[in-house]
Amino acid sequence: MATIFGLDYQTLWFLVIGGVFTGYAILDGFDLGAGALHLFFNKETSRRIALNAIGPVWDGNEVWLVIGGGALFAGFPGVYAAVFSAFYVPFMLFLTVLIFRAISIEFRSKEAMPWWRKMWDVCYCLSSATIAFLLGVVLGNLLLGIPIDDKGNFTGTLAYFLNPYSVMVGITTLALFMMHGAIYLVMKTEDRLYAKLTVMVRNTTIFFSISILLLSFYTLLYIPHLSNAIRNNSWMFFIPVAMVFAIANITRMVAKRQYRFAFVSSSITVSLLLIIVAVELYPNMVISTASPAYNLTVYNSASSEKSLGIMLLVAAIGVPLVIAYTTFVFWTFKGKVKLDEMSY
Amino acid sequence: MDVEILSRIQFAFTISFHYIYPPLSIGLGLVMVAMEGLYLKTGNKLYENMTKFYTKIFALIFGIGVATGIVMEFEFGTNWATYSKYVGDVFGSALAAEGIFAFALESGFLGVLLFGWNKVSPRVHFFSTVMVTLGSMFSAIWIVVANSWQQTPTGYKIEGEGLAARAVITDFWEMVFNPSSIQRVSHVWIGSFIAGAFLVLSISAYYILRKKHLPFARSSFKIALCVATVSSLLQLVAGHASADVVAEHQPAKLAALEGHFEKDKAADMYLLGYIDTKNKKTVGLNIPGGLSFLTHGDFKAPVKGLNNFRQQDQPQALNVVFQTYHLMISIGMFMIALTLFACWHWYKDSLFEKKWLMHVFMWSVFLPQLANQAGWFAAETGRQPWVVYGLLRTSDALSQAVKAEQVVFSLILFSVVYTLLFALFIYLLNKKIKHGPSHPEEDIDHSPQLKSMANELGYTK
Ligand code: HDD
Ligand code: HEM
Ligand code: HEM
Repeated sequence: MATIFGLDYQTLWFLVIGGVFTGYAILDGFDLGAGALHLFFNKETSRRIALNAIGPVWDGNEVWLVIGGGALFAGFPGVYAAVFSAFYVPFMLFLTVLIFRAISIEFRSKEAMPWWRKMWDVCYCLSSATIAFLLGVVLGNLLLGIPIDDKGNFTGTLAYFLNPYSVMVGITTLALFMMHGAIYLVMKTEDRLYAKLTVMVRNTTIFFSISILLLSFYTLLYIPHLSNAIRNNSWMFFIPVAMVFAIANITRMVAKRQYRFAFVSSSITVSLLLIIVAVELYPNMVISTASPAYNLTVYNSASSEKSLGIMLLVAAIGVPLVIAYTTFVFWTFKGKVKLDEMSY
Repeated sequence: MDVEILSRIQFAFTISFHYIYPPLSIGLGLVMVAMEGLYLKTGNKLYENMTKFYTKIFALIFGIGVATGIVMEFEFGTNWATYSKYVGDVFGSALAAEGIFAFALESGFLGVLLFGWNKVSPRVHFFSTVMVTLGSMFSAIWIVVANSWQQTPTGYKIEGEGLAARAVITDFWEMVFNPSSIQRVSHVWIGSFIAGAFLVLSISAYYILRKKHLPFARSSFKIALCVATVSSLLQLVAGHASADVVAEHQPAKLAALEGHFEKDKAADMYLLGYIDTKNKKTVGLNIPGGLSFLTHGDFKAPVKGLNNFRQQDQPQALNVVFQTYHLMISIGMFMIALTLFACWHWYKDSLFEKKWLMHVFMWSVFLPQLANQAGWFAAETGRQPWVVYGLLRTSDALSQAVKAEQVVFSLILFSVVYTLLFALFIYLLNKKIKHGPSHPEEDIDHSPQLKSMANELGYTK
């Protein structure tokens, strides 16, 4: 088995995919969160400023989802096929909501009629919130496991998708992104909108802290296969502890008005959450509730080592490039938002 | 209806809808690079105004391209799970490379292109425009490479059997440069340049007919006409190269494209006609031995006919393959004639005097769209009954876990959403065009060269 740094290719590719989805959650997380807060802004200019704060970057952020999807297809076609065909209807709805979000950002400011703008504002806000929630629900289902048979085919029904645990993960994700988005917006705004957002940062932080607490207790009490992963590896207690510190640090930095550091802390919170997920799952990627023998693991659903090796090279060249121009774009648009004739 | 037919309809519908936008993004991007390049070179505000105007139209097109493209990325997994498992090893890497190398590039720099006018220097802005265009051209490379591998697979081996069988890469570069990649990527690129150029031609012709923004419209018309003429001529070459590949690697498709039935006989080339599937013959206006000549340089050379193949290995919708293919070629020929005719009038300085010519250009925006769609329909229905040519049948490629009702549901959903999307797109595009460039007063030529010339000659306003 080929290895790099003592890790086999399958595990490395699992880490790459984990990394890409973490990048996605950090980046698109703040613009989805900003979207979910949109209807809390009342004035037309406030809404435009909030929209233009994410204007130049949201599309680039969403590309991380596309890269993640491609990376999953390339590295673990078995998982890609099983998960997407299992949740056929939810995914179709998810795609529809993604379409509506993209076009509401694009179309909103193209007409001056108040009903037009209000319609797209509502559409933008609801779709952003729904995407955040559904991403969490999918994650919840993956953590919990889904009924799949020996061929990797889903045998459950649609209702299975919305089980209580997954809904809780969905709400927590929404809360997390709202907090993350509020912190991002606070960095980009001035005056009254800024004042309003500082309150929102506080409220969303409270919302997130409560939901993550509830979720953690629920997991420990009722989802043994997840809590065991942590119990059996005591070093992993460091992750929740680090998370508590990260959240505490958000509050501290907000109090000091050091929003950049607060944003870094909330990004770390997002990463830590996904690290927990990865650790709890590995080496499984999809847990079959029918029988552990049907689990899709990084080994039984991976592409050939040759293919993985090529993909690792592609990632090694591509990811630094992506990071370089992402940085360039964020640097270009740093500072507070100013509206001009080309703005949304 | 069964899952197979429904999934095929859904795939054809969603990809065809998506494919309205990418060619426009790529082609318009290229024309904008030309415009902004001229601005940097001459400093003429007219070109800046032009670039800004088309940037807004570009944003609209690009936005819908993105929204509908994401559907495509996930549809392989939702509807074609068995196929995804079969080709993931080979095909997935091309798709992932597309995400990393192309989409990230275009959508990253798109922010600067759209919103960076006052934030970066003109040079950096121009650089961003170039990067967005390059990014969209790269994305065409990867997706067409993936599709070309499906048409003419090389560089793989098959592992496993039955439902567990899959294609595994043996040679990455052989996979990328499979026999049809280069020809098809060039053909798709040029088809996109034509689409973008004709959009600009159409908008400019509209202004000229309305006598609005005249210097702006005339100048953009000429820039786009250059792109359109060169591309239309090149497309004939690229298309012929594609046909050669089909002749060599997909003989059953070639036979369907020209409606050639007889076993190993000389084959005609049709200009117009239809396939009488009952009597297994093709009627219409033809050049006897034409296909033999084009593929072998000899009017009598034998070409494999549909009768050479078992019924289950022949494309089913013969008339679709035949008609769409001929539609594409007729449109291609017409566009060559049209652009050359316009160039000749430009040379004689009477380009903008012919009202009817401007009318033709105004409506011609639909031609490249039709040709692009027709080309894909010919290529894809001609590939049937295979999803991966000669390896995996379309009927074996489906998702086992998905039921017909679910596909009916998503099909209705997409029909509704896309109809709405299309209506909004047309409405907003129309509005942008009606509104015109934002600084009409800058339609006047303010180029520094002209000003200094005026000063030298002693004219002052
Ligand atoms: C000839 C080129 C071409 C072809 C054949 C296709 N696309 Fe496309 N696609 C593009 C050229 C393009 C583009 C020009 O790069 C787009 C259009 C507008 C845009 O934003 O990028 C795009 C957008 C786009 C996006 C959104 C990217 C983003 O978020 O920026 C995705 C996920 C896909 N496409 C995926 C696909 C898939 C899976 C296809 C095939 C089944 C496909 N495209 C056919
Ligand atoms: C963007 C331009 C494309 C267009 C317009 C197009 C068109 C079509 C059409 C019309 C069909 C239905 C064929 C039939 O039912 O007989 C089809 C099927 C299909 N195409 Fe394409 N195609 C395009 C690109 C691609 C690409 C890039 C891929 C893969 C990378 C692809 C893969 C498939 C698959 C998997 C099917 C479904 C199975 C089948 O019916 O063959 N297509 N496409
Ligand atoms: C002028 C003469 C033309 C010829 C001889 C020609 C030839 C061909 C052939 C043989 C194919 C099938 C390739 C395959 O199945 O692999 C094809 C596909 C296609 N054509 Fe054309 N074509 C011409 C003009 C055009 C024009 C003007 C456009 C668009 C503006 C166009 C757009 C396409 C597209 C999008 C495809 C599908 C992608 C592909 O398979 O490459 N073609 N063409």
